[in-house]
Amino acid sequence: MTVSKFWRNIPQYYNLIGKKCPECNSYYFPPRDVCSQCGNHKLEEHKFDGRGEIVTFTIIRTPLMDPEGEVIDIHAQTIPYILAIVKLEEGPKLTAEIVDCEIDEVKIGKEVGAVFRKIVEKGPHGVIQYGYKFKLVR
Amino acid sequence: MRDVAIIGVGQTKFGQLWDKSLTNLAVEAGVKACLDANIDQKDVEVIYGGTMSGGLFVNQEHIASLLSDFSGFKNIPSIRVEAACASGGLALRQAYIDIASGLHDIAVVGGVEKMTDIGGHSVTKALATAASQEWEAFFGATFPGLYAMIAKLHMHKYKTTEEQLAMCAVKNHKNALNNPFAQFHKKIQVEDVLNSTMVADPLKLFDCSPVSDGAAAVVLASKQKAKELCDAPVWISGSGHATDALSLHDREDITTLKATVEAAKQAYVQAKIGPKDIGCVEVHDCFTIAEICAIEDLGFCKKGEGGRFTEQGNTEIGGRIPVNTSGGLKAKGHPVGATGVAQTIEAVLQLRGEANGRNTNAEIAMMHNIGGSGGTAVVHIFRR
Repeated sequence: MTVSKFWRNIPQYYNLIGKKCPECNSYYFPPRDVCSQCGNHKLEEHKFDGRGEIVTFTIIRTPLMDPEGEVIDIHAQTIPYILAIVKLEEGPKLTAEIVDCEIDEVKIGKEVGAVFRKIVEKGPHGVIQYGYKFKLVR
Repeated sequence: MRDVAIIGVGQTKFGQLWDKSLTNLAVEAGVKACLDANIDQKDVEVIYGGTMSGGLFVNQEHIASLLSDFSGFKNIPSIRVEAACASGGLALRQAYIDIASGLHDIAVVGGVEKMTDIGGHSVTKALATAASQEWEAFFGATFPGLYAMIAKLHMHKYKTTEEQLAMCAVKNHKNALNNPFAQFHKKIQVEDVLNSTMVADPLKLFDCSPVSDGAAAVVLASKQKAKELCDAPVWISGSGHATDALSLHDREDITTLKATVEAAKQAYVQAKIGPKDIGCVEVHDCFTIAEICAIEDLGFCKKGEGGRFTEQGNTEIGGRIPVNTSGGLKAKGHPVGATGVAQTIEAVLQLRGEANGRNTNAEIAMMHNIGGSGGTAVVHIFRR
């Protein structure tokens, strides 16, 4: 991912800033410019606090890697890793890694909270990209 | 809308075809389809070509021009259609709309993908572009990972078992034994699937369709032309196309592909039939769980019953609704852009009674082609 492409998404990746429709009270994360429920295109920013529950998950054992070996994907270094769909308290769902726990501890329905982590580490002189992951609420 | 028929079919062998280029494959399928239809190149008025990513797989875009050029269809309009793994199915639908509208009388629909010119990691990355790059792939989602999350929830909600998933792969490998164009001619057992390498829990290597090269083509004709040229045309009696959220997490129910439900509804309404009238179906089994979801979402069994329905043998040849008589994506192979067209060819062969060794005597057949994790679905119903 190029620097500009990543930079645009910093509010979402770092702080879970999504959208809320003032007309019909629908929440969106990832953010959208048009409300899928009522068609309103004047949506307001909403900061999600990052609490939610696991809807479903998997253990990734074959990761995405850059073919040329020039870019090292951090996911490739932490195999296996836990990937989940998390439903935030306000309703939207998102895809993220579950960290800081054993594989056996992850169950559908478990409560999770967002944490700020390194997502992708580019080659020796590249840019490190950060974003959200989730951990179990204990 | 005019009636539209399929008057010719042609496909290449599917597999790792290192001696064939994308162009070789596409032209071979197109020429075979024209020969089968008994038409000359000059009779072809328009081309619709489905391919997911010439850019990422062989570093070649502008496939539309390439197809008409090397097939010898000089200067005719040619359109490349892209909807990830549903590119082929959508190319068929766009050509159907073209002929039905009266614009052209004869179209060639091609589907092609050349996937083995690049390494395995590059293929995984190219396929992942069918998912959201910003909100799924960036956070570590792979394609097997997305379908694995569908499988995990399906098993949790409906008590579907890993054995039931495996049975889809076993059946499809068995069916492929009689398909000379299939990538694999290898009988497997449930244990082989369960003991294969874990890719993304609960999906193992043998739950996944392979990486393949291949092409498929069909010739479409208007009613008048079909009657002039063909003794046994196969009619497109229903055509459906729907979309859903690009990201799996944005779907209302993770285990239902709403695009499939909506596309099927359109096709059933147009054909004036229901699921019980279908004699055989080719569904998009990129992963075994995808076949389970497809037979539910197309209405062959209730939501959540797909695993048990499969275990009871209902989807075998000779069962209530034979599913993937060609071997499916799992065993026939899955050159992504070619898949929807190849599914169509199997339906045509079944209706003509030319699916040697795997004939079902179906009078009505269906194809179901998915793009991504369910962002696009294309469904067609065919009859003799």
